[in-house]
Amino acid sequence: MPPSMALRMNHALPHDHRERLLHVGREVSFPAGTRLFEEGRHADRFWIIRDGTAALDMHVPGRPTPVVETLGIGDLVGWSWLYEPYVWQLGAAAVTQLRAYEFDAVAVRLMCLDDPAFGQAVEHWVGRVLAHRLNAARARLVDLYGMYETKEPR
Amino acid sequence: MTTVPVPHRVVGRRQETGDTVTLRLEPVDTALPDFLPGQFAMVHCFGRGEIPVSVSSVQATGGLAHTVRSVGAVSDGLCAAGVGDIVGIRGPYGTSWELQRARGRDVLVVAGGIGLAPLRPLILGALAEPAAYRRVNVLIGARTPDDLIARKEVESWVTAYTGVTVDQPDADWRGDVGVVSQLLGRAHFDPDDTTAFVCGPEPMIRATARELAHRGVPRDRIRVSLERNMRCATGHCGHCQLGPVLVCQAGPVVGWDLAEPLLSVREL
Repeated sequence: MPPSMALRMNHALPHDHRERLLHVGREVSFPAGTRLFEEGRHADRFWIIRDGTAALDMHVPGRPTPVVETLGIGDLVGWSWLYEPYVWQLGAAAVTQLRAYEFDAVAVRLMCLDDPAFGQAVEHWVGRVLAHRLNAARARLVDLYGMYETKEPR
Repeated sequence: MTTVPVPHRVVGRRQETGDTVTLRLEPVDTALPDFLPGQFAMVHCFGRGEIPVSVSSVQATGGLAHTVRSVGAVSDGLCAAGVGDIVGIRGPYGTSWELQRARGRDVLVVAGGIGLAPLRPLILGALAEPAAYRRVNVLIGARTPDDLIARKEVESWVTAYTGVTVDQPDADWRGDVGVVSQLLGRAHFDPDDTTAFVCGPEPMIRATARELAHRGVPRDRIRVSLERNMRCATGHCGHCQLGPVLVCQAGPVVGWDLAEPLLSVREL
């Protein structure tokens, strides 16, 4: 299975764990432009996108906030809720009308503590999402589309 | 095939981006054999030298054109050429995309930066015969919105899915941000019945082709165009040698099954 598909909750979590997680999720909808969370604030929830796109952005003092990644259907929005100090590392906004499952961070963390197998599955899933995004960020750092080197003398 | 530059007159010039120009060319006297999409020419700027450039339009569909980015002395000269100026062309050289091998299948085109230019005639060919191909998908990645070429034309293409993403958005950009392979999740294709065509800088080719192979597209049906410094284009000088392959003859378009081991070698 391709890595990016394997990161979706439907594939990443075993059926019973997925059902348990969805049981505590609720369907939400955001108009385009809605801020989902702000960098530096307490990470108290997370989302799985059902429809639409969301943008992750980073605060740069004195400059417009640059978007660093766009997320689409099936993607996990937010991982900071799982790891201490539970503070958002980036900001996020709905680019288009967004439909998503929303999950309460404290409730899911308690479920993870209560059931180690469930907790291990969730941590493994979120960790893989993190690794995938780190890899994508590194790929972009090497100037993926630029003129890699110029062999033609000036 | 000629090995001396054949004079061509610039009959059209379009500024694609700040440093990239498309030159539409017509022979002054003798016409070259028809180019196929994916093939390249050695384009000669008189007094400066010549560089390899893939065709961004072929004679059979709209006339011969080359898209050139200004990165050195020769390409600077070509980008500065105006309508009426004369440049030299020799070719056609190399392998083509072989679009016909995709007949009856989903078509997936993935372009990085100026890599869209060599794919353009392939896309137009596929869209011109909608009954011959299943779903046509076009995924485009660029460093910034200003680096996107043929923007208006891309908007006019009727495809199953066309996605555009950039690395560094500007204040006006409302599209996707991130690597081009993330758009694969939104494209409409059946991996084991798809032919993919990938062109761009080698890091982008590697990242995209690996993701396509992970998704189940057969490696020999992932066609990539290798970026190598062709000098003679006739297989004699060896400048474009990549392991056992002379790219000017075995390429530039090859299957990922051949390209992957070559692009995985350090400092080749």
